[in-house]
Formats: sequence, C-alpha cells, structure tokens
Amino acid sequence: MPQYLLSVWHDEDYEVDFSTPDAQRQVAQVGAFNEGLQVSGAWVFAGGLRPASSATVVRSTDGDVSMTDGPYAETKEQMGGFWVIQAPDMDAALELGGRAAAACEGPVEVRPLQG
Amino acid sequence: MTDSLEAVFRREAGRCTATLIRLLGDIDRAEEAVAEAFTIAAEQWPIRGVPPNPGGWITTTARNRAIDRLRREATRADRHLAAHRLQSEAMEPDHNPEIADLDAFLDVVADDQLRLMFLCCHPALAADSQVALILRLLGGLETAEIARAFLVPEATMAQRIVRAKRKLHDNHATYRIPRAAELPDRLYAVLGAIYLIYTEGHTATTGTSLTRVDLSTEAIRLGRVLAALMPDEPEAIGLLALMVLSEARRPARMDSRGSMVRLADQDRSLWTRALIEEGHDLVRACLRRNQPGPFQLQAAIAAVHAEAPAAGVTDWSQIVTLYDQLYAIRPNPVVALNRAVAVGSLDGPSAGLDALVVVDLDGYQPYHAARADLLARAGRTDEALAAYTRAIELASNPAEREFLERQRENIADGDL
Repeated sequence: MPQYLLSVWHDEDYEVDFSTPDAQRQVAQVGAFNEGLQVSGAWVFAGGLRPASSATVVRSTDGDVSMTDGPYAETKEQMGGFWVIQAPDMDAALELGGRAAAACEGPVEVRPLQG
Repeated sequence: MTDSLEAVFRREAGRCTATLIRLLGDIDRAEEAVAEAFTIAAEQWPIRGVPPNPGGWITTTARNRAIDRLRREATRADRHLAAHRLQSEAMEPDHNPEIADLDAFLDVVADDQLRLMFLCCHPALAADSQVALILRLLGGLETAEIARAFLVPEATMAQRIVRAKRKLHDNHATYRIPRAAELPDRLYAVLGAIYLIYTEGHTATTGTSLTRVDLSTEAIRLGRVLAALMPDEPEAIGLLALMVLSEARRPARMDSRGSMVRLADQDRSLWTRALIEEGHDLVRACLRRNQPGPFQLQAAIAAVHAEAPAAGVTDWSQIVTLYDQLYAIRPNPVVALNRAVAVGSLDGPSAGLDALVVVDLDGYQPYHAARADLLARAGRTDEALAAYTRAIELASNPAEREFLERQRENIADGDL
C-alpha cells in the first residue's frame, strides 16, 4: 500500500511547554489520532522532533566529514514532527492529513514516499 | 472531411481520453492512445468514410492500439496481464455481458468524463493547474494552444501540465467520483475551474485575441457536458445559465474601436436572443429546485439584466434582493461591491457609496472604477478623478484602460 509522510510545521523558534493547557490538549488529541492510526492499520511510524536549533548538518566530501550547527534549511518554518502512514490512495492520505492537522493544531504537509 | 474529423475531435477527444484513463490507469498512456487513434482516423476516414459512431470507433481503436503497445513492450508478466485485462474490459455493449443495453454503456462513459473532471480539479492541485489539465484532457487542446490562451510561454504551460499529472501519479490519486460527503466541495472546484476558463476568455480583450483559442466557447461546452452529466445539481445548471447569459451580451461588449462598453451603455439589440432564451429556461429550471447557490443567483441576476429592454428599466430592486441572498451565502468583498453598485442604481449614488464603505478592495480595478462612477454621479468630481486614476493604474488590458480613460476625460470635461 502507498506510504505518505505527514510532516508538521512550526515557526523555527517554536518550543513546546508541555505544562500549558494548549500543549496538553494537543498531546491528548495527537495521542487519540495515533491510536486511531494503529487501530485502522494506517500507522507505520511517527515521532515528534526536538527544536530545529538542536540539529546538526553533516556533509561528506571525498571522505572528509564536516559539520555545521543548526538545521539544513535556513527558513522561518521548520519540521516539528512527522508520521509515516499507509493509505490506499491520495484522498485517503489527505483525509488523514486533515485529521493530523486538527489534532496538532498546525499545518501538515502530505507527501508520498517513493515506491 | 478534415472539418468533420476536427469536429469529431472537439466533441469526442475528452470523452475518449476519459474512458482510456479508466482502462489504462495512466493519463499519459491514455493521451498517447487517443492521439494515435485520431491519426489512424485521419488516414482511414477519407477513404472509407466516417464510421456511424465516430466516438466509439476512436475509443475502440485507441484501446486496441494500447493493447498492441502493451504487448510489444511486454517484457514483464504484469504487462501481459494488463493487456489481457484491457482486452476483457467493459468497453462496448456487445463486448460486455454485464452491460446489456446502450443506455447503461453510455452511463459508464459519462461517468468516465465526470471522474476525469473531478480528477483534473482535485483541490490538491493549484487553480491554474486544474484549468490547464481540464483544457488538455477534457478539451483536447494542445499545450501550445492552452499556453497561448493564457498568454504564458509554452514551456511554462508544458511544465505546469507535466507537474500536475506527475503529482496525481506520485500521490496515487484515484479515478473516482467523490463520495456524497465530499461532493459539494469537490463540485465547487469543478464549477470554479470551468468558470475561470470562461472569465479568462471573457476578459481576454488584448490585441492578440484573434490568435487565442476561444476559451469562453470551450468553457460553455464543458459547462454543457457537466450539466448533462449532473442533471440533479442545480449549481451545474446555474453555472451554464450564467455563462450563456454572459455570452449573449458579448456582441455588445466592445464598440467598433475595440473599446469596452459597459452594461448600461450596451446596444441591447446586439444581444444574442437565442442564448438569452436558453439562459432564462435554465435559470427557471434550476430555481424551481429551491436549492439556491452562488452560480444560480449570479445567473438569476444576469437574467434580470437580460429581461430589461433598456438599462433604464432594469428591475434594480430584484437585483439588490438577489445580491443580498448571494452575500448571505458568499459574504465576500466582490459580492459586496456588486451589491453596492446595484444599490447605487436603485437608491442613488450616495446610497451606493454608503454600501461601499464596508468594501476593502484597494488592489482591485473594478472597485475603483465602480467607486469613481458613484462619486461622479454624486457630484464629487475631484474624488471621482482620483478614483479613475487608480483604476487606470490597475487596468489589466487595453480595452479596459481605454474605457476608463474615456470616462475620466468625460468627467474632467464636466460632461457626465
């Protein structure tokens, strides 16, 4: 069955404070959404990410490895988490994307995996 | 002969492509097969004559060519399988035991077209891609023709179409009619795309218009197809009525110098009576269902205009009522602008300007043009001149600009 990446996007300085009521509500919503994915068989893998400032970009040129501090894309928006789901077709994937966006209260990008 | 093949192509290409996409499960292969079938028709029909059911002939020929091609390329077992499936696939009444009569067969083919319309107008595609795909796949237009129609380079249009097709392919988009729950939104995407094609053709008044494909005619053709496919959708009928009634006014929209003539000043004897009558019939047919929607209401407004033998006897109170209903369903600033113009005609320019206060459309040419006209009629000449200047800055084609400049001169001369 086709697989899709559902990614959640935040402002780059976004950092979750799990003690706030907003965050707790979102965590509960995402938990329920995840459970639904597992029950329906759409679940493949998922995870939330630490802030983009914790990222390191590693490059390999002719065996020489170099590192730079920070995320690869120097954009205002960064990926905050993702799901990999399986769905029979685009419309089914987009519907799950819509539910994911509602659960995490933010925009979700739906993108098909190769193969 | 070539005319007749061209007529068949205009009428049948979209239908055949739609069916071939279902059979082949692939847009590119379907387009290729249909193109090949038309090439064969161009060779054979002048000698053997046009077959009694040209569309069926093209579809069958395209399918057979696709089978041959799949066999030729069949280095893998799954291709053999695909060719086999294609051969046994429901296609013509006499080849398919499940489809006993011709009506049922035609239903299947009609569904193919509808499915393709919904696929082309998938909300995951940008509006300009939707329009390009629908013209390419359902209109059978060449990429170069579509590019010319939208005044973009052919390479840009080709890339747009390739990217849209690839997106649908990569995302495993399915070829189906939306479920009842999704239908209203998905239908609006289709109606919106067809109307966009119409308005693009309607406002295309640049000097190159002679070399442009007639988008308005194509949009009306697509509107007729959609209305026939969805006879129970009053909005589909409403869209067709709106386009037909707008089209009826086309001969009066430009004067001999190619300058735009606004509705109030048009020579109504130039309006196409047959289209007005058709439009009225359609408006009555859809309003009878009592499920008013934006396209039906806009069509009803156009019908009220069409009923008036002269601009001075337009039933403005009915038009304002219809705009009120439209605004209740679609509370957007463009509707508010048009409503304010109608109020200005019903209750005078000051009332119109009052109704305009809530409208915030600074970057929109028609807003400044409408405001300028109301200000001029209210005797506020300086403000009117400034508003015309702004409208002229924003005008997107020469005919509009020429009209607005003339209006401004008239006011400056104190000759309203």
